[in-house]
Amino acid sequence: MEAIEILFTASLWAAAIRIASPLIFGTLGELICERAGVLNLGIEGIMTAGAFAGWLTVFLGGDLWLGVAVAAVVGALFGLLHGFLVVPLGLSQHVTGIGITLLATSLSYYFYRLIFPSVTSPPKIEPFQPWPIPIISDIPIIGEALFRQTPLTYLAFAAVFFVAWFLNKTPLGLAIRTVGENPSAAEAQGVDVTLVRMGAVMLGSALMGIGGSFITLSAFNSFFFEMMNGRGWICVALVVFGSWRPGKALAGALLFGAFDAYQLRLQQLAGAYVPYQVFLMLPFILSIIALIIMSRRATYPRALMVPYRKGER
Amino acid sequence: MRLEPREQHSTAVMILYPALALLASMIICALLVMLSGASPLSVFGLMVKGAVGTPFAFLETLTRATPLIFTGLAAAVAFRAKLWNIGGEAQLYAGAVMTVVLGTGFLPLPQPLLIPVLMVAAMLGGALVLSIPTFLKTRFGVDEVVTTLLLNFIAILFVSMLLEGVLKDPMGLGWPQSKKIIAEAQLPKLIQGKRLHFGFIIAIAAAFALWIIDRKSTLGYEMRAVGHSPKAASFAGIPVNRVLAKTALLSGGLAGLAGMSEVTGLKGNLTLDLSPGFGYTGIVVAMLALMHPLGVIAAAIFVAAVFVGADAMSRTAGVPSYIAHVMVATSLLTMVTAIMLTRYRVRWR
Amino acid sequence: MGKATAGERETVLRLSGITKRFGALLANDDISLTLQRGEILGLLGENGAGKTTLMNILFGHYVADAGEIEVEGKVLPPGQPAAALAAGIGMVHQHFTLAENLTVLDNIVLGTESLWQFSSNSQKARTRIQQLAQEFGLDVNPDAIVASLSVGERQRVEILKALYREAKILVLDEPTAVLTPQESTALFETLKRFVAKGLSIIFISHKLGEILAACSRVSVLRGGRLVAERGVEGVTRSELAELMIGRGIPQTKAEVQKAGNVVLGLHGIHARHNYQVLDGITLDVRAGEILGIAGVSGNGQSLLADVVSGVAVPIAGTLALKEVIISRISPRVMVNLGVARIPEDRHAEGLISDMSITENVISESYRSAEFAQRGFISWKKARSFALKIITAYEVKCPSPEARVRLLSGGNMQKLILGRVMANDPCLVLANQPTRGLDVGAVNYVHEQLLAARTRGAAILLISEDLDELFSLSDRVAVMFRGQLSNASPRESTSIKDLGLMMAGHGFKTGEQSHAA
Repeated sequence: MEAIEILFTASLWAAAIRIASPLIFGTLGELICERAGVLNLGIEGIMTAGAFAGWLTVFLGGDLWLGVAVAAVVGALFGLLHGFLVVPLGLSQHVTGIGITLLATSLSYYFYRLIFPSVTSPPKIEPFQPWPIPIISDIPIIGEALFRQTPLTYLAFAAVFFVAWFLNKTPLGLAIRTVGENPSAAEAQGVDVTLVRMGAVMLGSALMGIGGSFITLSAFNSFFFEMMNGRGWICVALVVFGSWRPGKALAGALLFGAFDAYQLRLQQLAGAYVPYQVFLMLPFILSIIALIIMSRRATYPRALMVPYRKGER
Repeated sequence: MRLEPREQHSTAVMILYPALALLASMIICALLVMLSGASPLSVFGLMVKGAVGTPFAFLETLTRATPLIFTGLAAAVAFRAKLWNIGGEAQLYAGAVMTVVLGTGFLPLPQPLLIPVLMVAAMLGGALVLSIPTFLKTRFGVDEVVTTLLLNFIAILFVSMLLEGVLKDPMGLGWPQSKKIIAEAQLPKLIQGKRLHFGFIIAIAAAFALWIIDRKSTLGYEMRAVGHSPKAASFAGIPVNRVLAKTALLSGGLAGLAGMSEVTGLKGNLTLDLSPGFGYTGIVVAMLALMHPLGVIAAAIFVAAVFVGADAMSRTAGVPSYIAHVMVATSLLTMVTAIMLTRYRVRWR
Repeated sequence: MGKATAGERETVLRLSGITKRFGALLANDDISLTLQRGEILGLLGENGAGKTTLMNILFGHYVADAGEIEVEGKVLPPGQPAAALAAGIGMVHQHFTLAENLTVLDNIVLGTESLWQFSSNSQKARTRIQQLAQEFGLDVNPDAIVASLSVGERQRVEILKALYREAKILVLDEPTAVLTPQESTALFETLKRFVAKGLSIIFISHKLGEILAACSRVSVLRGGRLVAERGVEGVTRSELAELMIGRGIPQTKAEVQKAGNVVLGLHGIHARHNYQVLDGITLDVRAGEILGIAGVSGNGQSLLADVVSGVAVPIAGTLALKEVIISRISPRVMVNLGVARIPEDRHAEGLISDMSITENVISESYRSAEFAQRGFISWKKARSFALKIITAYEVKCPSPEARVRLLSGGNMQKLILGRVMANDPCLVLANQPTRGLDVGAVNYVHEQLLAARTRGAAILLISEDLDELFSLSDRVAVMFRGQLSNASPRESTSIKDLGLMMAGHGFKTGEQSHAA
């Protein structure tokens, strides 16, 4: 059947990896925040802001990589705000996160409308082009799927290894893990819990910003409203699905990307019989199912969402 | 830097700090307005005028506030019990769907009967939608923030599918919209010829009802206890899961009512743009109101005023109307900070 | 008798004029003390005397309002745990500061390498840990996850943390709270080894016997003030006790009483929850008697309490109240059947800290006709009930509307007692009822338990405090790895016997008497 044949085409898997790339950044970013004990519900807004800031930088004449860097910085700044409000000030992580999403999104939309008051079609930029890796990209099917991606995708995969190594093999990574498990233990060893948590949130938010910039600088070439379409929230689900581990998060993102790519192609096949909305719904339903499966055995960071008040009786 | 709990709670501080919060958020927005070249004072002036400057504007603000009171109450009820219901949008549409299914001719009842029936149906629709994530939380420990959020996306797609399918209006010239509700299903207008409708009264009544439930009923007590400490509540014998289920019924039901109110009081039918984010805005309303049912009324009117005023201002002054969203977001963050500061003193050391 | 001549030794630590306030509470009042090199100084005081606060100031967790700390002559910057660690102060906290989901190695190494360092040298660390473990006799597997370790093993990790950082001054806060009597003795030997290697030790405890056994000198804290310093030779227990309390301790002793019918009957109870296991528990408690359950923390006592409280449902076995088997176990069912439950954790389980006293006193009874009609609560009746309890149980509080969070530990416990004893329960479950309370509150709780016993209630007392068990219980049993020994009358049991059983003697296990 054609529905099964699609699974063996290179274009499906290439699309899967493309779709997964921003999710990888977002999930890694949220993972770092949560391993440090901070839930960051600002992710949807931060990714939006990263998308806008990155795109605007390129539109104004900047280099694509400069755009990515700006997106990271913008992400880190919102992360700083979120971290400041929830760590030293101890505000509710749920409320603050949603506030940050609203703020980042509305600021992006405001500035976009300010700069482009009346446009019929969104202005375009020249996005990242695929960088085929010589020789291996000629391998049938696998080569086309894996090694003809844009540089940001390669960066995403590299980020997975980097984050895994960082969390597990470096002293700073150990500090981050400990403040997320038992802040008192970290403090007893002379670690400044506040600084480490805030730093982790900023780092994670920078990654989220880069993830957002993927959408406008690699996947598409312009910015429009509602662009994120819930990707940030899916990343939050993927963190749980990946048991807060970078490797499993990558697997989750790829699985999701594959499913999303498949559903798009199924639409073209079966669109006459099944309404297209059903296909569009499937990725979200899949995320919920993934959450159910993984939540049963969740070993989440023990101090997640527990504020740490130094010197409190 | 450390936080120290305040022992005294002076009334001056409790009023001053929130006021400063709103002022701070206005200053931030003023800066943004200046970037667009317009004068902040004139822009704010236009916003105030556009929100409450004329009787027409004021009524428009109240009309806009009506769904926000419902979704604000929905969020407040849930958050009080630490049930993070971010799915108001989906529940609103569920209520609207129920309204349209039953109210476009299926039930030939007279108005005094049909309206309450539609209200109940809408509440059931919203409650049903929220009960799924709640069940997943109590049974499987799945965090409800993400599941309620994801359901919003699923719900919009589902409604879109219905509007292009079974609910499609045959007279609609091909647009995805539902049939119009029958005359008996319409909520009467409060003032002849204006948009403000009876839904506003229902919303106010709901707020008071919720206030009484919270203060005086056993359920209100149970919800508060579960919200503060599920472990201690469970130990004392309070059936935590059952309380969460009841909370979901109330919360989802209120959001569903928002959908019913908009359809029967204002729009007359169901389209995809029935809600420009009322579910999400309701969350902000609840947080601004500090989850207090009566506070929700004030917060909803405030937020509605910001949006209505910004729309009017934008048409004249050309500043993007998204300034309203920015203002609401900054108000939320500054307000939450200010409330914390009324409870804790900051010590620099 | 009198002060020890410490002139020959040098002073490694000097606290001068340490004062600390928490709101209206003066926790430390102008305390000055010194620690000499190579000595074990005991810091004695009842719960709430200010010992832990003082040590937290030393460690940098709190900042003192006044006073100074010198380590080997150099002033210690206040409020910085990193500075204290660098100066050679190692703290073994009463409540272990360990990240349970991480390995022993991770816990020990954290903070010893610069955060900006590129990579962590775990091989070097592992070798060093094994060296230290051998040198000091603290056997532990560096790659074990802390959550899988017993309480005794976790304490070894806490101590290794300090040794790994080359601590010169070791502070142990109530270290024997989690050990069997035999393990405590072994710990004292280990401390002597430390001292022989050049460490100086501060040993914090509220147990007189241990101070006398382990220390060479003792400083007594009472009500936040240093009231005495004595050399350990020649000072008597009663002298120390009086210094510690400021008055003679009344000995609460249970009068002999004949027990009535069986009230609580557990038969073959098997249960499993959160790493704890109950492996076929059978016991009975009669009206008018106190059955004391001893055991090192983590051997299933919490789960046993959870079952009797109705919080945990057994997988097998039966629970009967007054000979009637209970088919559906839940907290509400147990409350309705007249079981008074005093939980282990008064903050997180017994009370809802952010709600008022009034709201808390009706947490078990809010649905009864006494307080609620047709789904609505009469707050007037609730308030008067709260006032009744506040008066009868002498709960010190600003008003019934005050948030429970503001109450002291002792007053919280009195509030819980008032709530659960209100309806003359037939069974009282008291789980670590006096943990962390000052002597006055401890006595009060004991009196209430004995009064309930006189009234004919059956009492199941679970406690890690052997003195408490001995002074209150009619019969005593020991829990070990989810099993319960046979209960024997108090008169025919000795602390030594209990200690052996707590370490596993006499229990059916895979390996015989492997100490917990």
